[in-house]
Amino acid sequence: MMHGAEPGAVAAAAPASPVRGRGAAPQLLPHIYGWLLLLPAAVLLAAFTHYPAVSTFIDSLFSTPKGRRGAAFIGLDNYQAMLDDPVFWRALENNAIYAACVIPLSIALALTMAILVDRETAGRAFLRLSFFTPTVLPMIAVANIWLFFYSPGYGLLDQVLSLFGVAAPNWLGNGHTALGCLIAVAVWKDAGFFMIFYLAALQQLSPQLAEAAAIEGASRWYFFRRVTFPLLMPTTLFVLINAVINSFRLIDHIVVMTQGGPDNATALLLFYIYEVGFKFWDTAYAATLTVVLLSLLAAVALGQFVFFDRRIHYQ
Amino acid sequence: MRHAMKWLVPTVGAVMIALGAVNSAATAADIELSFYYPVAVGGPITKIIDGYAADFEKENPGIKINAIYAGTYQDTLVKALTSFKSGEPPDIAVLLSTDMYTLIDEDAIAPFDDVLKTDADKAWAKSFFPAFMENSQTGGKTSDAKDAVKNDALKNDAVTTWGIPFQRSTVVMFWNKEAFKAAGLDPDKAPDTWDELVTDGGKLAKRDAAGAASQWAIEIPSTGFPYWLFQGLTTANNVRLMNAAGTETYFDRPEVIQALQFWVDLSRKYKIQPEGTIEWGTTPKDFFERKTAMMWTSTGNLTNVRNNAGFAFGVAMLPAHDGRGSATGGGNFYLFKKMSDEKRAAALKFIEWMTSAERAADWGIATGYVAVRPDAWETPAMKKYVVDFPAAAVARDQLKYAVAELSTHDNQRVTKALNDGIQAALIGTKTPEEAMHDAQAEAARILKPYQ
Repeated sequence: MMHGAEPGAVAAAAPASPVRGRGAAPQLLPHIYGWLLLLPAAVLLAAFTHYPAVSTFIDSLFSTPKGRRGAAFIGLDNYQAMLDDPVFWRALENNAIYAACVIPLSIALALTMAILVDRETAGRAFLRLSFFTPTVLPMIAVANIWLFFYSPGYGLLDQVLSLFGVAAPNWLGNGHTALGCLIAVAVWKDAGFFMIFYLAALQQLSPQLAEAAAIEGASRWYFFRRVTFPLLMPTTLFVLINAVINSFRLIDHIVVMTQGGPDNATALLLFYIYEVGFKFWDTAYAATLTVVLLSLLAAVALGQFVFFDRRIHYQ
Repeated sequence: MRHAMKWLVPTVGAVMIALGAVNSAATAADIELSFYYPVAVGGPITKIIDGYAADFEKENPGIKINAIYAGTYQDTLVKALTSFKSGEPPDIAVLLSTDMYTLIDEDAIAPFDDVLKTDADKAWAKSFFPAFMENSQTGGKTSDAKDAVKNDALKNDAVTTWGIPFQRSTVVMFWNKEAFKAAGLDPDKAPDTWDELVTDGGKLAKRDAAGAASQWAIEIPSTGFPYWLFQGLTTANNVRLMNAAGTETYFDRPEVIQALQFWVDLSRKYKIQPEGTIEWGTTPKDFFERKTAMMWTSTGNLTNVRNNAGFAFGVAMLPAHDGRGSATGGGNFYLFKKMSDEKRAAALKFIEWMTSAERAADWGIATGYVAVRPDAWETPAMKKYVVDFPAAAVARDQLKYAVAELSTHDNQRVTKALNDGIQAALIGTKTPEEAMHDAQAEAARILKPYQ
């Protein structure tokens, strides 16, 4: 959206330069000029965002073409089939649980880590680096490492637990624990990335605020709750949007660690779309599911902007 | 990394096509064949394939092979089908044997029968192990998917060959001889029946003072493609999972439910296998770490186990019950449509060359895949290999009992129904009976349009 706004501002300014002595051209020229400036951004947006979204919606109203049989218009049949599809509901439910856990946990952890490494402590650079490392690793590598952390018997987790004499479950092979295991991986992976933003924001805060609060006798918790946290709200909004998108977008670890199993216990929406689209080759149904995912994301993003914008103090 | 690959492969492909265009313009007589292949096992596979392509070109001037590594089996199928849908299919591809019906239904591949002109061609097509051909042929001979199904029901004797076996594998059982010895069992004899598996397993499973398992007797992996390993149990219980036309499944037969019950019992009743699902990828590691005394896995892991097991190990056929058997797996050569006759003849030549007895033996030794034709096992190189490493021959001997890997129309969807059912039973959310009835109902619903 920002890309579109800047050339637009130039276009709005353009009519101020006086062009005289001609017919229709003088009024037309600035407009053409403006539209030309808009064009590159508009073409990119249309080609890679709007056109795919619209064509996905159109595809979802047709049947999947197979062999010599072309696509036929079937209205909302795909949506009806979706409502009757238990795996879709399972994936949606899983995704809701996944998002509800990953988003707050990763943000809380990121904020805690940022506050920890914001202070002058010994080995601060080392701490920052180690908090940030998971972000640098590709998700595929992370998932393969965690696969062995979770492996029953000799996995890291089981070795630690066996020190305390606790018999560990088969983490990824159990319908009750598998999703939780994937949530832990996602939190571990995301938190370091979000920490960087919080850290940058914390460094921007004026030290005078802390001094003033100290003079007034405010406790540290009170200062955090009433001063630091509200001032971090713009960052929190940014991080929140990213976290929401990530919780629907990142599925690499599922492909590596569980393939959605056992019995769909870890199937997330996007993973199911991939399965339907590129394993079942039911492209029309995959388009239908994509429309749902897109609408969900759009609704969440819209809600966030409308809801939070009123509450956020921008400096 | 993944993104880089995604871009890289089409880019390399495009560059190769562009180069090819220049090339073929220069020497108009040259025939260019694009060949997509996946890599599914460890080792320098791309180097071997490139070497084969270069050797073939040397022996057959006028034919150029563009061998394009396309990722995993799944990636290769996605690339081949999407390029087919955009009108630029590869000429030849190695894809899963179980993708046959998918490819037929998409009208993407051509039958081999039309290009088998000479007697030598026809003899070549009959030179493979019958177990491997089960997943490479269908009934009625027509390229129209719908008619193929209909004709199939009418005349089962008419056979169409859609795939030629190339990199094929099957499930076998590995056992740790040291663990057997320690448990007071004969280290040179693996359990040969389900009953022996349970009694030997009782001796092999060990627990520490706290009651936690320190060594399991067996692991049959159940993630990713549990149906494939499950077929080792159902075949031993003398039941097939689908008909030859790929239009019907038999998941709710009592023998199938029994087989699943046995799998569940290994964990819950006999307590000789870990509970819950068992990760396919870490099973060999469990074996190396002595966490399990036996494992079921693909023959494709033979070289891996040979290099990494720090103890004497053996390879055995899967234990028998009412019968014996295992499912074959792996990849076939397919011919895509939209090729000129001239090109198609060249493609056939290449595939014949790649699957000759000598090449099949060489490929089997280099990769651990099962050499796909009986006469490959009679070549001097293979005979020497088997003397050094007798375990390699177990897979061959088991082929007599082997059946086709589960493959139907709308294959991956039907397979998922079964996979979900198997996993639900293993993690205990459904009984084997419920799970298989649900899976059958779902499969029947999916296959309805094909009947």
